[in-house]
Amino acid sequence: MENADELLEALCENARYSTADLARLTGLSETAVEETIAELESEGVIQGYTAVVDWDAVGSDRVRAHVELNVTLDRETSYRDVAQRLAGFREVQGLRLVSGDYDFALEVEGDNMREVSRFISDKVAPLPEITQTVTHYIMETYKQAGHRFDDEGDDDRLSVTP
Amino acid sequence: MKLEPSDRVANVPPSGIRRFFELAEEMDDVISLGVGEPDFSAPWRAREAAITSLELGKTSYTANRGKRELREAIAADARRWNLEYDPDDEVIVTAGASEAIDLAFRALINPGDTVAVAQPCYVSYRPGVTFAGGEVLDVPTRVEDEFTLTREVLADAGAEDADLLVYCYPNNPTGATMDRDALAEVAAFCREHDIAVMSDEIYADLTYNREHVSIAELDGMRERTIVFNGFSKAYAMTGLRLGYAMGPAEAITAMNRVHQYTMLSAPTTAQHAAIEALENCRDAVTEMCAQYDRRRNFVLSRFSEMGIDCFEATGAFYVFPECPGDDAEQFAEDLLEAESVAMVPGTAFGAGGDGHLRASYATGLEELKEAMDRLERFVS
Repeated sequence: MENADELLEALCENARYSTADLARLTGLSETAVEETIAELESEGVIQGYTAVVDWDAVGSDRVRAHVELNVTLDRETSYRDVAQRLAGFREVQGLRLVSGDYDFALEVEGDNMREVSRFISDKVAPLPEITQTVTHYIMETYKQAGHRFDDEGDDDRLSVTP
Repeated sequence: MKLEPSDRVANVPPSGIRRFFELAEEMDDVISLGVGEPDFSAPWRAREAAITSLELGKTSYTANRGKRELREAIAADARRWNLEYDPDDEVIVTAGASEAIDLAFRALINPGDTVAVAQPCYVSYRPGVTFAGGEVLDVPTRVEDEFTLTREVLADAGAEDADLLVYCYPNNPTGATMDRDALAEVAAFCREHDIAVMSDEIYADLTYNREHVSIAELDGMRERTIVFNGFSKAYAMTGLRLGYAMGPAEAITAMNRVHQYTMLSAPTTAQHAAIEALENCRDAVTEMCAQYDRRRNFVLSRFSEMGIDCFEATGAFYVFPECPGDDAEQFAEDLLEAESVAMVPGTAFGAGGDGHLRASYATGLEELKEAMDRLERFVS
């Protein structure tokens, strides 16, 4: 897949670029763009498309938390096994195995704080492999997926310069 | 004595771009493709280094030639282009590449010297030569050569009698670049006719799908060339005013003579930012460059869809389409009035620019898209 990198970069910048615009941006033909994207999707390189939303801006009470999980493993249970059980919950928006003081970093989302707390205490903490959970509620988002949520200010360049 | 402009100044007309700027400034909602500077801010790490330097109270002058650490970083960076300069006496840091160019003109041109200026070009070269007492020889480049400098256009202009040649590649306003072979031809011409070269390479990092080559790298050219570069374009640091020149010690020393009695030293805060830029901001440059390249592809595609002729510019952040109307100045004014899109007529950049428009793509893609849609509506 030639030019896949260029296409991926453009899509990461804005997944809503039309096929015609992607073709113009990369210098590929529209057919080549369609074909490459289809291939990237079917091979699982592109896993999905999403919007970067500032929920506070629409007055939503939606709550997100970053949860640290410690687990204990045995001969029959691997990280992957634990991950599969956790990833199945719709509340779990992100799940990563990380280095450092804890094992899994979980991103949990719910309609309110009670829902998230209950999910952790009822569904996550009781799992036999899990030895400890630490929940951090997200209080303010300043930047997400490369997008800054604050106003970066107007373009104060002069309109015509040499 | 009355406070009237000297003859030297009175003989230099105000910049042709100025009138167009005033027109555009009067209007609301203008999408400007007339801006000659990046739409990005300087990389945060560079800005942060500047802030830290202020917090630490680093607000005094630096050495005339610039901080040694910065000159070393500049000399090290130049090796990417196969250029070797001694940071002690072959590099000078200035308030923008513009100051470096002015220093070179004042330090190296004698009254009556002929200075060949490749055009279309940045608006400062011709006045700068005149202020320094030199005689400008216009060397218009041609669209059929994709605005590169060739032996033929040099000869046609009578440049064999010139003492000095000034040019800028990657070029403002055309976006043209020159590859090694094309430069070799110019280098041979300059050696044959004993012409010194001032090579403005401020857009060197913004070269797409090919490598930037400096003429100073070619045989027998280092000793007759001054290379100008700076932080304004690649590192989006225009307002910090920081550039530099590299060349043989004798020339740089002469330039420093003027510099030490006028500027003293380039802005200290900016020098701190520049050190950080060179040492830790290459990724940011690569990322900005990738974005410019996508936009470049985009505008070239849109011009081609509209049937507007435009050669494939491979540098800077400009394309230089042929004007769809007969008179580029009139066309640019009408376009501004009807669709609030600003492009600068090629005539503002000297000889050879006639019949063309400069479109800068140092503007967000959404605005570029809208500008192209408006232009399409205007020409159809």
